[in-house]
Amino acid sequence: MDTDKTKNEIKERENAGKEMTSDDALLNEVTEGDYKYGFVTDIDTDIIPVGLDEDVVRLISRKKGEPQWMLDFRLKAFRYWLTLTPPKWAHLKIPDIDFQAISYYAAPVKKEGPKSLDEVDPELIKTFDRLGIPLQEQKQLTGMAVDAVMDSVSVKTTHKEALAERGIIFCSISEAVRDYPDLVKKYLGSVVSYKDNFYAALNSAVFSDGSFVYIPKGVRCPMELSTYFRINASGTGQFERTLIVADDDSYVSYLEGCTAPMRDENQLHAAIVEIVVEDRAEVKYSTVQNWYAGDKEGRGGVYNLVTKRGLCRGDYSKLSWTQVETGSAITWKYPSCVLAGRGATGEFYSVAVTRNYQQADTGTKMIHLAPDTRSTIVSKGISAGHSENSYRGLVKVTPAAEGARNYTQCDSLLLGSECGAHTFPYIDVMNPSAVVEHEATTSKISEDQIFYCNQRGISTEEAVGLIVNGYAKEVMNKLPMEFAVEAQRLLAITLEGSVG
Amino acid sequence: MNALNQYTDLYEANRAAVDAGSAPVLNRLRPEALDALKRIGRLPDKSDEGFEKTSVNDMFAPDFGVNINRMSLPVDVASSFRCGVPNLSTLLGIMVNDRFMPTATLVGNLPQGVTVCSLAKAAAEQPALVERYYGTAARADNAGTALNTLLSQDGIFIHVGKGVRLDKAIQIVDIFHSAFPLMAARRVLVVAEDGAKVAVLKCDHTQTGSERCLASEVIEIFAGRGAEVEWYDIEESDGSTSRYSQLYARQEGGSSLTVCGSTLTNGVTRNEYHIDVCGEHTVTHLSGMAIGSSSQHIDNFSVLRHGACHGHSDQLFKYVLDERSTGAFEGSIEVCHGSRFVEAYQSNRNILASKDARMHSKPQLLIYNDDVKCSHGATTGQLDEKAMFYMQTRGIPREEARRMLMQAFMADVIDTIALEPLRDRLRHMVERRFAGEKAGCRDCGAGC
Repeated sequence: MDTDKTKNEIKERENAGKEMTSDDALLNEVTEGDYKYGFVTDIDTDIIPVGLDEDVVRLISRKKGEPQWMLDFRLKAFRYWLTLTPPKWAHLKIPDIDFQAISYYAAPVKKEGPKSLDEVDPELIKTFDRLGIPLQEQKQLTGMAVDAVMDSVSVKTTHKEALAERGIIFCSISEAVRDYPDLVKKYLGSVVSYKDNFYAALNSAVFSDGSFVYIPKGVRCPMELSTYFRINASGTGQFERTLIVADDDSYVSYLEGCTAPMRDENQLHAAIVEIVVEDRAEVKYSTVQNWYAGDKEGRGGVYNLVTKRGLCRGDYSKLSWTQVETGSAITWKYPSCVLAGRGATGEFYSVAVTRNYQQADTGTKMIHLAPDTRSTIVSKGISAGHSENSYRGLVKVTPAAEGARNYTQCDSLLLGSECGAHTFPYIDVMNPSAVVEHEATTSKISEDQIFYCNQRGISTEEAVGLIVNGYAKEVMNKLPMEFAVEAQRLLAITLEGSVG
Repeated sequence: MNALNQYTDLYEANRAAVDAGSAPVLNRLRPEALDALKRIGRLPDKSDEGFEKTSVNDMFAPDFGVNINRMSLPVDVASSFRCGVPNLSTLLGIMVNDRFMPTATLVGNLPQGVTVCSLAKAAAEQPALVERYYGTAARADNAGTALNTLLSQDGIFIHVGKGVRLDKAIQIVDIFHSAFPLMAARRVLVVAEDGAKVAVLKCDHTQTGSERCLASEVIEIFAGRGAEVEWYDIEESDGSTSRYSQLYARQEGGSSLTVCGSTLTNGVTRNEYHIDVCGEHTVTHLSGMAIGSSSQHIDNFSVLRHGACHGHSDQLFKYVLDERSTGAFEGSIEVCHGSRFVEAYQSNRNILASKDARMHSKPQLLIYNDDVKCSHGATTGQLDEKAMFYMQTRGIPREEARRMLMQAFMADVIDTIALEPLRDRLRHMVERRFAGEKAGCRDCGAGC
C-alpha cells in the first residue's frame, strides 16, 4: 500500500511538474512579447507585376470576372485618384510610399474555387488554424461564421447555408458582385465615396476582396459574423472592402481580425468599410487589429490606412464601433458614424496601444445630422517605447440636429519617457440645443497604485498589466466575449517589456 | 485672391519710406521677414490646419490704406479719450492707429528702472536693449508675424528693470481713427527683467464710423527669472474692425505669467497666444472670454509649450454666442521631451444662445513625456433650464435670469484677473454687454 501511495505521490508530483511547465509555457507565451503571427505560409500565389495603371485596374477586374459597371466604377476611382496627393495632416511620419512598387493583386492559386472545405489548399487551412481561425465546419460549435481573406481574395466563408436560411447574405464581395449585383450597386460607395480621400480612391480602384453582409428586415443574426484578414505574399498590399447592410429592425455583430507575416519591408493595407443601418437596426462592429507592427528598431510593419464609416440612415438606428489596435507600424483610421436618422445612436470604443516605433493617429467622427441623435466616444490610448499615439476625433452637430447629445472621453496612459500621447478633438456645434462634452486626461500610471500592488506581493510588471487592463476595461467590456479574451491577452503581450 | 501680395508690393515699392519712419533696429528684420513671406507665399486661410474657421487671407484682402509715410492726424483723438478704471490709477499710453502717444502720466512720472515709450523711440535711443529682445520670441516663419515685422514702424516698448516691482498698472488704449479703410501694424514689446513685476492693461476701440479697419498686432512678452507679468486685453471695437493679434511670451525659471483676453464687441478677431515656458518652476494662467452677438467672429488659438520641468499652467476659455455670431477655439498644451513634473490643464466652455450661433472647438494635448499630469475639457451647450426655472419661480423675469446666468458663467474668467479694480470694472462691462449696451467709461465723451 505504502509503495502504491508513494508511487501515486510521485505521479502526482510529476503531473504537477508537467502542469507547471505548461503553465510556464503559457506564461512565456504571454510575456514573450514577440509577434506570434509572423510566419509565412508557403503557398502558390498568383501575383500580378508591381505597378499601377489603368491596365492593372482592368486586369484585376478581369481576374475577378467582374461586370462592366464594376470596371467603370474602378476606372472612375482610379482616374480621380491620379489627381490626388497623400494627406499630410495626421500627426504621423509616413515615409513616401511608392505606389508603383506594390503589387495590387495576389491570390493563393486555387482550382475552380473551393466547393467544400476538402478542396481548399491544406496549407491554407493550416495557416488559418495557426491563427486560431476555425475554418472547419465541424468546429463551428463556437457559433461564429467566418470569412477568411488571404491577400487579395476571400478563401472560404463558413456557415453560409445556415445563414441563408434566414435570408442573411454573408459572402465575399466578389461573389456579391456576381450574385447580388443590385444590392452591391445600390450600396457600394454610398457611404464612402471614391472621392472621399486619397486612400479611399485607391481602394475603390484596386480593391480585391472583402466581405459583404446583408441582414434582411427584422432578422436578428443568430451568430457573430467574422472576417479574418491575412497578408501573406511579400511586396503586395491589401485593399479589401467590406460592405454591411442592416435592413429595418435587424441586428448583427461583426468581428474583424487581421495579421501579417514579419517582414523588413513595409506593406500597405488600405481598406474601406461601409455600413448602412436602416430603421431601428443595430450593427456592432468589432476589430482586433494585430497587423505586424515592425521590429524593435521600427523596421518593417504594415501601414494601416483605412477608411471606415457607417451611415445610420434609419430612425433610431444604432452603430457601435469597438476597436483594439495593437498592431501596424502606422495606423491612420477613423471609424465614423453619420447619424442621419432621427434618434440614431453612434458609439465608438477604442483601445490603441503603441510601442517601439509604432505610430497611431486614430479616432472617430460623429456627424449629427438629425434631431435627438446621440453619440458616445471612449478612447483609451496607451503609449510605450518610442511610439506616438494620437486621438483625433470630430463631433459635428449640424443645425438640424435638435437636442443632439455627445459625450467624449479620451484618456492617454504613458509608459516611458520617450513616447508621445496626443489628443486632437474637433468639436463643431451649430445647434444651441445640443450638449457636447469632451474630456481628456494624460498621465502615467500612478506610483501609489504600483506601490499598493507591490505591497500585496504583485510584481511591478504584473501590476502594470493589472492596471492597464483595468484602464482598458470599459472598452474591452464592449467586445463580444470570444474577442474580449483574445484582446486582453493581446494587450498583455503587447505591453510586455514596455515597463522599465 | 492672394491678399499678401498687396502688402509685400507696397513694402517693396516704399522700402525707403517705411525705413525712414522707423528705427534701424526695427528695419534690420524687414528683409528677413520679406524673404519668409515670399517663401510662405500666402496668408493662412480656412484650408490650413488651425485656421478652420478664420481666413486670415480674407481679413487682409480688402484694399486697406497703410500709413507708411507717418502722416499725422488732423485731430487730437487721444485727448478726448478717458478709458478709466475706477479706483485704479494707471500709467496711460495711447496708441492711435499705429502711432504711440504718451500722456502726462508717463512724462516724468515713471519710477526708476521703468521705461514706457514709443518702440521706435526706444529703438533709436537704446538700440542694444531693444535689439536683444525685438523679434526674438515672435516666430519669423509665421506669415502673420512676418507681415507685421515687415510693416510695423512703431509700437510700445515697456521695460521694467531688474528687481523693480511696478505697483501702478500700465494702461494702453488702442484707438482706430480714420476716414478711410486702414490697416495698422502695431507692435508691443514688454520686457520684465529678473525679479521684476508689471501689469499691463490694454483696450481696443474703433472710431472710424463705418470704415473698415484692420489691426495686425504682434506682442512679445519676456518674463525674466522670478518675474511676474500680467497682461490684460479687452477688445471693445465695432463690427467694422478686424483684428489679428499674435502674442508671444517667453517665461524664464520661477516666473509667473497671467494673460487674459476678453472680446466684448468686435468684427472679426483672431487672437493667438504662443507661450513658451523655458525655465523651471513657472506658473502660467491663460484665459479668455468672448461674448458674441450680431455677426461677430471670435477665434482664440493657444499653444502653451512646456519646455522645462515643474511647470504649472491653467488655460480657461469661455464663450457665449448669440444671434449669428461664431466662435472658434483651438488650444494646445505641449509638453516637450524631458519636461518632467508638469501639470497643465485646459478648459473650454461654450454656450450657444441662438440657433444661428456656431462654435468650433479644438482642444489639444501633445505630450512627449510620461511624468506629467495634463487634461483638457470642452463643453458646448446652453444655459441650464432648471436654473432658469428656479430663478423664474423666485420672480426673476426670464430675460433677467438669462443675463444673470450668463454673467455667472463668465465669473471664473474674470476671477483670473489679479487686479481687483479691473475685475470689478470688467464685471460691470460684461453686465452692460449682456444687457446689449456698450460699457462707456466715466468722463469719456468718445461713446465707444
